[in-house]
Amino acid sequence: MSHDETLKESLTRNGVSRRGFLKFCATAASIMALPPSMVPAIAAALESARRPSVIWLSFQECTGCAESLTRSHSPTVEGLIFDAISLDYQHTLQAAAGDAAEEAREEAMKENWGKYILVVDGSIPLGNPGYSTIAGISNLDMLKETAKGAAAIVAVGTCATFGGIPKANPNPTGAVSVSDIIKDKPIVNVSGCPPIPVVITGVLAHFLTFGTIPELDELGRPKVFYGNNIHDRCYRRPFYERGEFAETFDDEGAKKGWCLFKLGCKGPITYNACATAKWNEGTSFPIESGHGCLGCSEPNFWDMGGFYKALSQPAVDVSQTAAYALGAGAVAGLGIAALNRKKKADVATDHQTVTIHDLRRNDPSKTEAEDS
Amino acid sequence: MSNVNTCASLDTGNDILILHEIRHALRKLLDDGESTIIDLRAIPMAPGEEARIEAMLGQGELSATLNALGKSTINETAFSGAWLITHYNTEDEILGKFIEISKLPSILASQHEDIEVALEQLTHQLLV
Repeated sequence: MSHDETLKESLTRNGVSRRGFLKFCATAASIMALPPSMVPAIAAALESARRPSVIWLSFQECTGCAESLTRSHSPTVEGLIFDAISLDYQHTLQAAAGDAAEEAREEAMKENWGKYILVVDGSIPLGNPGYSTIAGISNLDMLKETAKGAAAIVAVGTCATFGGIPKANPNPTGAVSVSDIIKDKPIVNVSGCPPIPVVITGVLAHFLTFGTIPELDELGRPKVFYGNNIHDRCYRRPFYERGEFAETFDDEGAKKGWCLFKLGCKGPITYNACATAKWNEGTSFPIESGHGCLGCSEPNFWDMGGFYKALSQPAVDVSQTAAYALGAGAVAGLGIAALNRKKKADVATDHQTVTIHDLRRNDPSKTEAEDS
Repeated sequence: MSNVNTCASLDTGNDILILHEIRHALRKLLDDGESTIIDLRAIPMAPGEEARIEAMLGQGELSATLNALGKSTINETAFSGAWLITHYNTEDEILGKFIEISKLPSILASQHEDIEVALEQLTHQLLV
C-alpha cells in the first residue's frame, strides 16, 4: 500500500467487502469510545484517509508498551490499523538494524516532513546521555531531531508521558518525559504501564479518521479514555458506597468481592479505561482479579506511598457527596474530581515505603517476630 | 477460586438499565422509525453480568452469520426488533458486542458498493 492509497482502496484491493469495512468501522468506533451512531461518519472519513507515516522511537523502556500492542486481543482490527499506517521505523519490530535502520528513519522523515506521526515509548535521560543511546545517538538528540518534522507526537506509556519507573526516586538517570522536552508540537499522552492496547490504537485510529488529535485532559491524555477514574466506573463501587471493604486479601470481604480501597486500591485517583475496556480479550482488569489498582496511568505512581497503603480512610460522607453531585450536576462532579486531585497531591507529598509488615497487617497468623 | 464463584453474583444494576434503554429504543423505533445501537463494551459490567443480560434477552426467530474479516453473529433476541450483534476476528476472539434496535440490522443488508462489484463481475462472466 502506497502513502497515496486510501484505506478504502487498500481494503478493496485486499478483497474486504463493504460489510467487512462497516464491521471495521463499528469496532473502530468502539475503540475510539465514540457512540455507534458515529459509524457512518467514521466510514466516510476513513474512506478517504491517506496512509500516514509513523516513526516509533523507544528510549528508556522495557518494551512492555509494544508488547501490549502487538499481543493485544484483536489482531484483525489492530492489524488493519497498522495496515492503514506506514510504520517506517520501530527498532524492535523492524528487520533492519544498525545504519540501515537509521537510514529508514531519516528517509521516512525526509519523505513525510511535517506530516508523520512520532510515537515515543520510554523516558529520556538528561543526567548523562550515555545512559541510553541508539546507533550512538543520545535519546535527547534523536527525540529533538525526529520531533522537528512531526505533525503530532503520541507518547505511549507512563515512562514517555510522565517519566515512569525510570523517574522513580532517586531517578538515577535524570529521566524526563517527552513533554518535558518538546514544547512546540501537539503531544498526546497515552499513559499506563503498559497502556491499554485499544487506547493506543484508538488514538491512531482517531488521527487516521479525523486527521487531528483527540480532545485532551489537563495532563495531555485523550478524554475519551481518561475522562473517568477507575473508581467511578468500577463494578465494586456499590460496596464502597455501603462501606463494605476487604481488609485482607483472603478475608470474607475479599471473597465476597467487596471494595479494595482499604487494601491500597488507587482507583479513586486513577484516570483510565480499564474498568470498561478491560484486558486480555475483555476478560477482566486488576480489580476484577482481586487486586487493587496501582494507579499506573498517573504521574509518579511508583512513588505514591506504597501499592498496599490505603489512600486514606474515606474522609467524606461519600454518599452525601454523590447526592450533591446528582443535585448540582457537573459542577459538583468537578468538585469530586478536584477532591480526587487533591487526594493525589496529598498522597504524593506523604510518600511512605511499604514494608513486609504492611503487607501482613491484620493477619493474626503472622507475628511481629516473623515480620522483622 | 472462591473469588470467581462469589463474584458471579455481583451486580452493577446495569443489566436492568440496559433493558430500560432497549424498551425506550423500541418505542422510538415504532414511533419514529429511528434505530439505536448500544455498545455493550462501553458499559461497566460485573463478572457474569454481560452473560446475564444475554440470557434475559433470550433468542428470537432469526439468527445469521456474517463472514467478513472474521465471523459476526447477528441474533434477533426474544424481543422482536432488538438484535444482539457480536463481531469476532479471524481467531474467533470477540472484537465488539452491540445491541441494535432496528427492523433489520444495517450490516445484514447487501451493500451498494458490493452490489456494484457484483454487477461488474457478473457482466464480465457473461461476456467471456
